[in-house]
Amino acid sequence: MEAWENFKGSKWQKNIDVNDFILSNIEEYLGDEKFLKGISKKTYKVWNKCKKLLSKEAISGVLDVETFIMSGIDNFEVGYIDKSNEVIVGLQTDEPLKRIVNPYGGLRMVKQALDAYGYHLDKELETRFREFRKTHNDGVFDAYTPEIKLARHNHLITGLPDAYGRGRIIGDYRRLALYGADYLIEQKKLDLSKITNINEETIRLREEISEQIKALELIKKMASRYGVDVSKSAVNAREAIQFTYFAYLAAIKQNNGAATSIGRNTAFFDIYIERDIKRGILTEEEAQELIDQFVIKLRLVRHLRTPEYNELFAGDPTWVTESIGGMIDDTHSCVTKTSFRILNSLNNMGPAEEPNLTILWSKNLPENFKKFASSMSIKTHALQFENDDLMRPIYGNDYAISCCVSALALGHQTQFFGARINYPKVLLYALNGGRDEITGDVVIDGIDEIEGEYLNIDDVLKQFDKVLRKTVKIYVDALNIIHYMHDKYAYESSQMAFLDTNPEYLMAFGLAGFSTIVDSFSAIQYGRVRVKRDERGITQSFDAELDFPKYGNNNDNVDLIAVNLAKRVYRELKKYNLYKNAIPTLSILTITSNVVYGKHTGETPDGRKAKMPFAPGANPSHGADKMGALASLSSVAKIPYKDCCLDGVSNTFSISPEALGSEDVRATNLVNLLDGYFKSGGHHLNVNVLNKSLLIDAMNNPSKYPNLTIRVSGYAVNFNSLTREQKEEILARTYHERI
Amino acid sequence: MKEYKFGYIHSIETMGLVDGPGIRIVVFMQGCMLRCLFCHNPDTWEKKSNNYMSSKQIVDEIRKYRPYIESGGGVTFSGGEPLMQSEFLLDMLKLCKKSGIHTCLDTSGTAYNKRYLKEILKYTDLVILDIKAITEKKYKKMTGKSMDMFNYFLNELNKSNNKVWIRQVIIPGINDNYEYINKLKEYLKQFKNIEKVELLPYHKMGIEKYRKLNIKYRLNAEEANVDEVKKLEKLFSDNFQI
Repeated sequence: MEAWENFKGSKWQKNIDVNDFILSNIEEYLGDEKFLKGISKKTYKVWNKCKKLLSKEAISGVLDVETFIMSGIDNFEVGYIDKSNEVIVGLQTDEPLKRIVNPYGGLRMVKQALDAYGYHLDKELETRFREFRKTHNDGVFDAYTPEIKLARHNHLITGLPDAYGRGRIIGDYRRLALYGADYLIEQKKLDLSKITNINEETIRLREEISEQIKALELIKKMASRYGVDVSKSAVNAREAIQFTYFAYLAAIKQNNGAATSIGRNTAFFDIYIERDIKRGILTEEEAQELIDQFVIKLRLVRHLRTPEYNELFAGDPTWVTESIGGMIDDTHSCVTKTSFRILNSLNNMGPAEEPNLTILWSKNLPENFKKFASSMSIKTHALQFENDDLMRPIYGNDYAISCCVSALALGHQTQFFGARINYPKVLLYALNGGRDEITGDVVIDGIDEIEGEYLNIDDVLKQFDKVLRKTVKIYVDALNIIHYMHDKYAYESSQMAFLDTNPEYLMAFGLAGFSTIVDSFSAIQYGRVRVKRDERGITQSFDAELDFPKYGNNNDNVDLIAVNLAKRVYRELKKYNLYKNAIPTLSILTITSNVVYGKHTGETPDGRKAKMPFAPGANPSHGADKMGALASLSSVAKIPYKDCCLDGVSNTFSISPEALGSEDVRATNLVNLLDGYFKSGGHHLNVNVLNKSLLIDAMNNPSKYPNLTIRVSGYAVNFNSLTREQKEEILARTYHERI
Repeated sequence: MKEYKFGYIHSIETMGLVDGPGIRIVVFMQGCMLRCLFCHNPDTWEKKSNNYMSSKQIVDEIRKYRPYIESGGGVTFSGGEPLMQSEFLLDMLKLCKKSGIHTCLDTSGTAYNKRYLKEILKYTDLVILDIKAITEKKYKKMTGKSMDMFNYFLNELNKSNNKVWIRQVIIPGINDNYEYINKLKEYLKQFKNIEKVELLPYHKMGIEKYRKLNIKYRLNAEEANVDEVKKLEKLFSDNFQI
């Protein structure tokens, strides 16, 4: 059978161009979900085995670790869950959920993780590694300046990927399926031959391309262990999915990046699936089976992490983000039957955190798909939504989301991940002569002390600008060092092999504690803030004597402060030359680390007490948004994405099913809510339509659910404003209703 | 230049998904002449509040949310009793209609100024009408007022041909039985254009507000069971199609 038989288009046949292949062959689907099929017998058996393993893992934290072999594309024996029932094969190691030791990012972190779970690295392996190999972490600390170390130690710059894999790269794994490894190798060799002018930059590039070629050869070997030949193009749907998965599998055998997204595969798979269905060699049940089993594999992705890491990110996330939907142009979407099939995996196997299913939302998406995605979100609260109408003009139609919110043009762009600045600390340093409010260390030099009982906005701004300027410089220096060393000691050849030889690099900077600093500035400007200092002269507490507007109420007086604070950082970032000529991008995103960052931060002028958590991402501060959900959403939607926060503006929105209206209209209401938010310029929305377990979590961690509203007949209240007893009572009721 | 009316509002809730169709901006207005035993908003009883705003200010605020409310949603005036500030309410309704915003009035059908009532109904797309009780005696006991104003409102409502959603709070021991529901069904026959009947389970979440305002909470009843109320509500689906 010809691999490309019946496929249309020619551009993609002459050059590597997966997008052209998709545009030439996609069959948009405008219908509803009624064609979908349930779980197949085989999938049921495979998933049942996984469920048992997963519950065992949940008890011990880690099911098993391979301690005699280190990470690598082809270093492990084959592994299966239930060989005779697996239609998509391949595991990271020889057993499901057995984790890999990857020391290239840093050995110390690996040792800590092993210790925590009672494992020990094989002695000889460790000795030899230590003797012969330097890690990314070693390299970084050889080059770090004293200023960086101090800023890092004081949590001014925090979450830097200097001790483990940086992640955030997305290979265009579809390339392996469409072209086969041999053609990709040929193309890389061609690229290599063209680089003849030798200088430091091209030496590095030649070495990297050679590494990529070796990686492709190793992927062929790894796949052949499973009896699959990936040297040529995939000939049918099963192979297309299998090859794509193998390309991704190589990435997670070799690397342990914090977030390793899978890309945007549904339209690509759909073309193969529909061709097979037309040929009469695949049924709808089998198509669903392929997708479900692909999803199972993504649910089993694991990396070895320390317990501290898990605390920071609330669990053991891998961010296997799959982007679904989006438009091709104003009238045609990328919605296919397979967009429905992948969401249907949540019906067939129940909700799960991974893969991180992300809907690229456009006002022009087919109505049936909008409604289905919304109803699946309500049912599972497992989806997130991002604004395709905002991203598509910037990244083109074939982009995917890396980690949570960061768009990348697939195959043509990649990212240097860069954690974030603890932004409220920048303000506190401005108030304290560059000293850290907790340790008292002078972290930023050359800052004048601000004196007097009341804070004056002009005095504060003068020092703030100086602190920010110096902080950004330290931050940029740190990221340049980190990514130089990561390329040198922990290069992701298996992922870079699926990117253009000269991709565009984005360096992703970030901000944490956003709402806290915005409200703090509002307090200083409008609230007549009186300050108390301790014996060191460092601010200890703040008292706003007047009411001041807070971010999250759709009030321009403070929302413009937010816009300004984001723009100031980006303006500073643009001043620098970055490693590999990367373009700076900025995110307002914390995932769940807002709690830990808050712990290391003293009291702030907005009235937030020392050590209390920040709000997540770009969310308004807990309890500050008093005008209802739309006002809160509207404030966040004002933060500029284009020309400023191109790495993403994250917003987490929680609502109870009851508050979303009666059952028959909930999905429509959510569609209208998403349409409204994205038309207003919002970038990203995490939607939690909460069930009981989430309500319990909300009761114990109120700050995670700032917008949780509940219907109490006649009007709605914020869940957090209720007493413990009332919450328990509502919990009982909600649960009762659901039985 | 047009002179806009001013009035007192309690607050604006920017996302109501349960007070009328679609996504709604809910304007809680200040003031009510009834003193319903089950009321959960005693903080809206007083005529005045610190929030004195013009109709234009409020409608400008509503308009900010057009992307959310333009397909199937709108504004709901609630309270308190929105009809208590009839002239102010009418001004806001007119401005909303001028901007093409769907309007909904959440009311007890009392406290209006007769002069403006016809016009108010003209600029209202949907009336959500709260039934307090269906006999004069019980109405008086529940609200402290006579039923005259309500009856007059009912008459005007029927003349207006407005669409109507009926609401009834179900309170255990008072009206949570089939006998009452059947009487209510009979009673509702005199209404024209009922699209929907909603039974709301009584809850005590307003009690905290009474304590803060230092007002005695007089109703001694259990909270209603949500499932039981749903069962009762089903009795209406035969007669009143949504």
